[in-house]
Amino acid sequence: MGDGTVARQKQLILVFSRVWAWVFLAGLIAFFATSVNIQSRGGVNFLTIRNSQNILMAIVPVLLMGLGQTFVVIAAGIDLSVGWVMGLSSVVSAMVIVALTDRGTYEPLAIVIGCLAGVVAAIIPGLINGVIIATLRIPSFIVTLGMSFIARGVAFLLSGGNVVGGQPQGVRDLGNEALLYLISGSHGGLYFLRPPAVTGEALRQLDRILQWPVVITFVLLLIMLFVLHKTQFGRHVYAIGGNREAALRAGIPVDRHIIVLYALSAATAGIAGVLSTARFSGGSSIAGDPLLLSSIAAVIIGGVSMFGGEGSVSGTLIGALIIAVMTTGLVMLNVQPFWQYIVVGIVVILAVLIDQARDLIIGRMEAG
Amino acid sequence: MEPMLSVRNLVKRFGGLTAVNHVSLDVYPGEAVGLVGDNAAGKSTLIKCISGVYQADEGEIFFRGERAHFARPIDARRAGIETIYQDLALAGNLGISANIFMGREVKRKYLGGMVHTLDETFMNEASRKVLDTLNIHFANFGEKIEKLSGGQRQAVAIARAVYWQAKLMIMDEPTNNLGVVEQHKVLDLIGKLREEQVPVILISHTLPDVFAVTNRIVVMHRGRRVAEKRTSETNSHEIVQYMVGALDDTR
Ligand SMILES: Nc1ncnc2c1ncn2[C@@H]1O[C@H](COP(=O)(O)OP(=O)(O)O)[C@@H](O)[C@H]1O
Ligand SMILES: [Mg+2]
Repeated sequence: MGDGTVARQKQLILVFSRVWAWVFLAGLIAFFATSVNIQSRGGVNFLTIRNSQNILMAIVPVLLMGLGQTFVVIAAGIDLSVGWVMGLSSVVSAMVIVALTDRGTYEPLAIVIGCLAGVVAAIIPGLINGVIIATLRIPSFIVTLGMSFIARGVAFLLSGGNVVGGQPQGVRDLGNEALLYLISGSHGGLYFLRPPAVTGEALRQLDRILQWPVVITFVLLLIMLFVLHKTQFGRHVYAIGGNREAALRAGIPVDRHIIVLYALSAATAGIAGVLSTARFSGGSSIAGDPLLLSSIAAVIIGGVSMFGGEGSVSGTLIGALIIAVMTTGLVMLNVQPFWQYIVVGIVVILAVLIDQARDLIIGRMEAG
Repeated sequence: MEPMLSVRNLVKRFGGLTAVNHVSLDVYPGEAVGLVGDNAAGKSTLIKCISGVYQADEGEIFFRGERAHFARPIDARRAGIETIYQDLALAGNLGISANIFMGREVKRKYLGGMVHTLDETFMNEASRKVLDTLNIHFANFGEKIEKLSGGQRQAVAIARAVYWQAKLMIMDEPTNNLGVVEQHKVLDLIGKLREEQVPVILISHTLPDVFAVTNRIVVMHRGRRVAEKRTSETNSHEIVQYMVGALDDTR
């Protein structure tokens, strides 16, 4: 075999290992687009605007937690506390909003303060995580596991185990209204920012496109994409994950960086908590926990190495999309929803296997 | 002439173990000093005290005539001491230029300095340039460090030190695990540094290498400095005697 062929094969394998997740996602969508339609005899369609928006809304909390997690895991850590930290933020934001509006605070102001309070309530445990992990050198796995129990306890104590309701209309709007509204059909139209005043059949035809939680999440995604891949801060995340000692000797303030990363991870979970309060018009301490493992799965499917040093924001986005598309599609196929867990599990393991196979094959090729 | 680096009675202990025991060492401009000794003699610990990785328990370090307190490695690097560690200190997951600029990345400013991005173009070009001046050529410049050979990694570490204009270069076993050709490259580089009056401390187990490039040899044994010889006035046989403890000038 000539050198050229080997190089080309290597290139092919590298390209495959990078794009398989995109191809897999496209395949999933194609599969559900045809099978859902056939199964429901044309009654239900997978490829609708409404369904696409549902999928986007479903990925919001998973993606937000996954984004913070991406940074932490690239720096060779893990944050297991984000699930309950999200719940804590949801409860705190809801309680602050109720308390303020009860006192007659101007509603938008009450909502802004409540949202900030939720995020701050999340950042505090994140900072504590970071300080303990960076300075005491206790494995992140243990510290954040402990913090997850603490956040859970605090969230339950604050809320008394109940959903914190009584939210003003503005909260519901933040979680459900959209950038665009579309009414399909002959009397339809596209509306910007404000939903048209319609009733009856037209209201049923009304699609919300890019609901606020989705818009906020994607703005954050773009910012974090930029920070991780284009800035010195992001470069140092990779350096710390690749060789912490080397980063230290090169003068990178490693401890400070690690503290900021856990605060960042908690902050994205906090934003997820606030958006959950908004979406369901209530603060719930259990809002995040069921999603924690999905968010870690998204990170792994997206190609972030659990050993640190590898991964990308776009990978995590794909991971989150794959999980959401699979879950939604299986439900629409009337498959028992429990199957989704089995499929997600298989994909997680497959993702890691593909990376390992790539390294093995290329290693063999280079060895000759 | 004033020494570039002067280490006075340095002591470093790890628990009950005295890894470096009252060691003194002077390095003058344009010199290459060989630091030799058996495994666990304390060579790496001594140079890590100089480069700010460890803090000495006793003793003083003077660099360019001034008392030096390097609390962290970056302080030593800012003063002009570049160290190539035995354990290399490169990030395997990053590329060549990212490693040369690690911790001192060059940035571009936007929006009046509010937003900074990495200036990859500048860093790539500067990296290529410094590698060129050292006569090091990579067919795979864009690769991650972990994909490079041992010699190529060593070359990157040396290029990093050269780029940042080392006033003193410390090399801990730089030819370990290298092929013969690559070993020669590294020795050539040490010669180049001496031509540019950059003093070098070379730690090596390979005595022929030490004899080839140094003008002075310091021998350590069990944490102590047991001999200091002009390279031209000694031979490997004598140095080995010091290394194994058969000879000891301090006794
Ligand atoms: N970080 C450390 N903690 C404890 N002991 C150490 C540490 N670093 C080195 N030592 C010990 O100090 C002694 C000198 O080690 P080192 O300086 O690495 O020797 P050399 O480089 O000459 O082989 C050895 O006994 C080693 O085990
Ligand atoms: Mg050593």
